[in-house]
Amino acid sequence: MSDLKLELKEKIIEQLNLEDVAVEEIADTDPLFGEGLGLDSIDALELIVMLDKDYGIKLADPKEGRKIFESIDTMAGYIAEHRSR
Amino acid sequence: MKKSVYINSVGSVSAQKTFDNSEFLEEITDYEATELKVVSPNYKAYIPPAAARRMAKGIKMSTVSSQTALKEAGLENIDAIIVGTGLGCLDDSSKFVSDIIKNEEQFLTPTRFIQSSHNTVAGQIALGLGCKGYNFTYVNSAVSFESSLLDAQLQLENDEATHILVGGVDEMVEHHVRTHQLIDHFKNQPVTMKTLLSSKTEGAVMSEGSHFFVLSNEKQDSTYAELLGLEIYNELAQEQLPDQVRSFLKYHDHSIEDIDLVVLGNNGDINFDGYYQVLSAGLFANTPQAYFKHLSGEFDTASAFAFWLSSKIIKTASVPDIVKLNALHSSAKTVLIYNQYRGKNHSLVLLKKC
Amino acid sequence: MSKGIAITGMGIISAIGGNVQENYASLVSGQMGISSITQIDTIHKDEIMVGEVKATNSELEDMLGLSKNTHSRSPMLGIMAAKEAIDQAGIVDINDCKTGLISSTTVGGMDKSEQYFFEYFESDKHHQHIDGLHAGDSTQKIAAYLGLEASFMTTISTACSSAANAIMLGARMIKSGRLDRAIVGGTDALSKFTINGFKTLMILSDTYNSPFDNDRKGLNLGEAGAFLVLESEEIVQKENRAVLAYVTGYGNANDAFHQTASSENGDGAVMAMKKALKVAGLTPEDIDYVNAHGTATPNNDLSEGRAMLRLFGEGKVPEFSSTKAFTGHTLAVAGGVEAVYSILALQHNRIYPNLNFQTPMSEFDLLPETESKEKELRHVLSNSFGFGGNCSTLILSKEA
Repeated sequence: MSDLKLELKEKIIEQLNLEDVAVEEIADTDPLFGEGLGLDSIDALELIVMLDKDYGIKLADPKEGRKIFESIDTMAGYIAEHRSR
Repeated sequence: MKKSVYINSVGSVSAQKTFDNSEFLEEITDYEATELKVVSPNYKAYIPPAAARRMAKGIKMSTVSSQTALKEAGLENIDAIIVGTGLGCLDDSSKFVSDIIKNEEQFLTPTRFIQSSHNTVAGQIALGLGCKGYNFTYVNSAVSFESSLLDAQLQLENDEATHILVGGVDEMVEHHVRTHQLIDHFKNQPVTMKTLLSSKTEGAVMSEGSHFFVLSNEKQDSTYAELLGLEIYNELAQEQLPDQVRSFLKYHDHSIEDIDLVVLGNNGDINFDGYYQVLSAGLFANTPQAYFKHLSGEFDTASAFAFWLSSKIIKTASVPDIVKLNALHSSAKTVLIYNQYRGKNHSLVLLKKC
Repeated sequence: MSKGIAITGMGIISAIGGNVQENYASLVSGQMGISSITQIDTIHKDEIMVGEVKATNSELEDMLGLSKNTHSRSPMLGIMAAKEAIDQAGIVDINDCKTGLISSTTVGGMDKSEQYFFEYFESDKHHQHIDGLHAGDSTQKIAAYLGLEASFMTTISTACSSAANAIMLGARMIKSGRLDRAIVGGTDALSKFTINGFKTLMILSDTYNSPFDNDRKGLNLGEAGAFLVLESEEIVQKENRAVLAYVTGYGNANDAFHQTASSENGDGAVMAMKKALKVAGLTPEDIDYVNAHGTATPNNDLSEGRAMLRLFGEGKVPEFSSTKAFTGHTLAVAGGVEAVYSILALQHNRIYPNLNFQTPMSEFDLLPETESKEKELRHVLSNSFGFGGNCSTLILSKEA
């Protein structure tokens, strides 16, 4: 699980071009949106593609993403449970 | 009574070091190439990293040139934003298409698509400034920038706005250059600054750039020049050109003799530089002449570099040697810019010291 | 306040018809143009529905007498519409007065570029399309077909408000005396580029779009060409033109809220509508019908609905409907398509049904017209909003 969390942090930084953010700066419980990492609705769409491409998880409604992408913890938990690759 | 239109400030990011308004073509970058990239400013000094992470190059360049123009005009916000761009943020569109093909329409991400919208630069500037005013984007090849100028002129003359941010931006992109080399729209043999006009080859040297200006109907200390008039023509035959120029000048109560400097868009394309030849060897044979595409390269909004150059020339009352096309001395007060691309999308712009 | 600008011709090709008459017949009979996609080979063909123009490229080439595979689809749709508009106005020589062409598009020749993107390097068979990528190319091809010479020509691309803005610029240029005649509108063909682009934004519906419905699932993309001929009062008198309607109001504002989404309270939309009313010298009470942008995305319809409530007041919103359920969202052309529909509404005193509406939205108390209905109309307001916060409003009126 902690490997997955590290992997997610690296992917988020790369996928969303968060050049000035280091993996260590993202705590597992930090909110990813709003204050915290400051992601927005376009980033959410980027993350939905990441779920599909890397973990085989398809979301039909962008609203579903809100709960899943709350923090690294929630994301890792959801992926561990639903991944098909 | 129509109000006068003034160029109150400039901002430029181009293939020359033009981003610093305190200089005027002091450092020149020569090349031996078929395409030119911009001399990049330190973008980090203008754009916070969080904002920069999704920005296309066209937006970055335009953030710098628009901020430079706003700062020089002493404005924090404006009444309207009008942008010209031939191809928008082409790098993202190009990558999005490439991804569609390579990934067979799967796993595509929204950012590249969003940036591909031609009005993304105008939208991003508005978002950055919180400017809720009029916001337009013109995308008509070599007259994209002039269309923006004309729109601003209409509003300022009729006093519908006081300060308008007007600009032109285009990106240079690998796929675009290579495909257009296949059809000889861009040069396949490298040229240098000095050999561009004598290359006797087909095509232009592709480049990129972003230029922004604050146009206003209020003159102020920073004012560069007055925009007296402009006209756009979808197409003209070379034989028609002298008459069109004469009637344009007459409409604005000027004669050929009143022009102190004519700035021409020669790009070294053996097939189309004849248009400029008609003027430089004919109508304006006895007028001081300048050119600029050996410095800026060719792109859809390259004429905005000419607008920048002419504004600087008028304000500093000096014509840099590097742009002179003949040896005649210019008093640099009344400047006419003529540009066209591949025989289409012609424009005439008349500027005057004020 | 100043006088309106005369509209003397109009032309359209869309999913519900190849000309003005066919479009009107579909509108009043409630005939939708939404179907599965047939002309683009996309892996998403079973998950999306579109508003396709029924003619194939080859059929369009034949109708226009063009050589094969010289034009991408956007310029052909544009030519079809512009030609109809000019014929209707009765223009014999397009260069007989100071004429300008102001077109608009979002994708231009993208349908061809995406097809031959890598092939260009392998074979020169389709090199004629390389220069067709830029947006101005479609406008240039329309101008060439119409025979426009030494004249003003430009193209606007402000996403989904583009054609509304082209109409606005044309009206302003005539008003200021820069032009005697403006041919204004837009053209956009479907492409994999837009299909996949909107797919990444997750706002495409997998079924018939249902504007202003609580359970709306997003938009259907469409394609169209639509043009108007605007002429100065002098030309109208000199040529004894029949005037179809007048452009009396226009306004553009920016939401400055988000790159793609509209603000929840519709700030930009309210400003655009207010500006248009001011230019027309009208008050909100003067508006008899609103042809809404109504794309059927959750975001647009909420934002636009709130904007209408703010402008007109609770319980005072006039009859409104979105015609996107007929045509799909035709992107750059939407404002042109809907200007044609607004003019037809004025001519026939007819309000079009907002198809597929079942459940009112939970956020407010707004009901679109669901039946085709007769009503004496004097002023119609048409909204078009786009990416980049772009908000535009046109007001079309029976009298100047």
